[in-house]
Amino acid sequence: MAERRTDAKKTARKAAQAPARLSVRKTYKLYLGGAFPRSESGRSYPVTSADGAHLANASLSSRKDARDAVVAARKAFAGWSGRTAYNRGQILYRVAEVMEGRRAQFTDQLVAARGTDRTEAETIVSAAIDRWVYYAGWTDKFAQVIGGSNPVSGPYYNHSAPEPTGVVVVFAPQDAPLLGLSSVVAPVVATGNTAVVVASEPGPLAAVDLAEVLATSDVPGGVINLLTGRTGEIGPHLAAHADVDALDLSGAGEHATAFEEAAAQTLTRVLRPGPEDGAGERAWLDPDPGTSRMSPFLETKTVWHPIGV
Amino acid sequence: MPNTASAPEAVTDRELRAFLYGLPGVDEVGAAARAKDLSTRSVKTTAKARAIDLAISMVDLTTLEGADTPGKVRALCAKAARPDPEDRTVPSAGAVCVYPDRVGIAVEALRGTGIGVASVATAFPSGRAPLEAKLADTRAAVADGASEIDMVIDRGAFLSGDYLKVYEEITTVKEACGDAHLKVILETGELATLDNVRRASHLAIRAGADFIKTSTGKVSPAATPPVVLVMLEAVRDHHRDTGRRVGVKPAGGIRDTKGAIRNLVLVNETAGPDWLTPDLFRIGASSLLNDLLMQRTRLATGTYPGPDHYTQD
Repeated sequence: MAERRTDAKKTARKAAQAPARLSVRKTYKLYLGGAFPRSESGRSYPVTSADGAHLANASLSSRKDARDAVVAARKAFAGWSGRTAYNRGQILYRVAEVMEGRRAQFTDQLVAARGTDRTEAETIVSAAIDRWVYYAGWTDKFAQVIGGSNPVSGPYYNHSAPEPTGVVVVFAPQDAPLLGLSSVVAPVVATGNTAVVVASEPGPLAAVDLAEVLATSDVPGGVINLLTGRTGEIGPHLAAHADVDALDLSGAGEHATAFEEAAAQTLTRVLRPGPEDGAGERAWLDPDPGTSRMSPFLETKTVWHPIGV
Repeated sequence: MPNTASAPEAVTDRELRAFLYGLPGVDEVGAAARAKDLSTRSVKTTAKARAIDLAISMVDLTTLEGADTPGKVRALCAKAARPDPEDRTVPSAGAVCVYPDRVGIAVEALRGTGIGVASVATAFPSGRAPLEAKLADTRAAVADGASEIDMVIDRGAFLSGDYLKVYEEITTVKEACGDAHLKVILETGELATLDNVRRASHLAIRAGADFIKTSTGKVSPAATPPVVLVMLEAVRDHHRDTGRRVGVKPAGGIRDTKGAIRNLVLVNETAGPDWLTPDLFRIGASSLLNDLLMQRTRLATGTYPGPDHYTQD
């Protein structure tokens, strides 16, 4: 008895002597061209949880970061769109695999950032992982569904084949930082486009976590570029950029009309916000969203080929 | 164009060697630090707009490929004359730079525009040919109407210390050029040290070069900032000593507006503002012009343009 007490005392003394461990806090940075740089402007902004507690500082992107992101996306386009659809599917499935390994991180993030209860957070993380699997499956099938042979009068075969539009700027849903984000980004890159993603302004941390998954799952650098910051600040420059081929305005909110007008100057394709936008993560839970988010970012190439000879 | 030097004095090997080895050594670390320091200058808004227009007027629009067709050369000439067909306020390029057998086509295409044709000569890019062949190469280009000749020095002779051979080759080619201006390509990527760059610069200047040019564009590294700095110092010192101004042309590796503006800053801070003219500073490039035009559009309209809106060649 006496001996045990001495042991307990010793342990307690040891614990008191050990220096307190320094906390290792993560720097949330941008994801551009496969690297994680800070904003060129050196700025950051505080991100708070649902009840107002400070969580972390996220990079506040500048116009220059946005331009760099477009350059990186353009550079990656030829390689990504040139891969076989099957290979793109393998890579998107790999994203799901790596996310699965980091379930706990994503769940904790949702609980901390949005005050979601744990069961609900689990559901949303599962749905987000499944969303990548869903679009991984579509990569080598959408061409058969959206394109095909056309009946024409004359001695010709006539084929229509969908091709990726190019560089797509995605304004991710503001109130659905993980499932909403995955649901808008995966369909854009599944068909061979490259993306510049403007993450949710109040909830950018899940997006940076997702970028870490992308960086470790064989997605070539530059295919998905992620900016955190003020949608109203960098959005206008991206919308007016002549080297951007399409905009997904899901999270553009009050700026949607202005961005669409700016995009019209350079004939940029636009996908307007849908019914899910502004309705939270739950609105994106539908397990079968179909092709409606892929087809707006495709160009149809039609080929005539003479029969016979 | 600078005043063509009077006939260079005859020199002996001994004298030339003494002159070149009498030049002060280059502090490599210092040159790199100075060039890096100058590259951080911020040039924005109206100053940037002026710098872009100046840079466009200094571009020697270049095509030096085995696959150069007459059509490609004509397209390049059209682009040099009017870089942006939609905007008449864009200045035309400094010159068009082609291989000797394409000079005739370029001269024809540029007639009436006032833009000169520069031709590489003397067995570009290696310079490994008999002197007779090099001279024939030069005379053919001049006869076809080239107003500027870009010759390469014999790096093999230079590196083995046969400075007199290099010197005499330059003076002979200079004679063959007649009224055409002579740019001497040092191919600094092969000269190994900045001391050699300084010696080669002074050697070329003394032999009568109107311009000294960094590289052929076929060897990497090409126009790095420390090399350009050392060459600008050489022309500055020569002007101080003799009153004659020699031009500098960096070529190869300058692909974007930022790089071009950094070079202009180097010129202004090293040789001085007198050199900020197409007569004394040129940039040899092919892809640079499109980036300059895109940045110009960006300043004028506020939106970033895409490369799809500009011609490829």
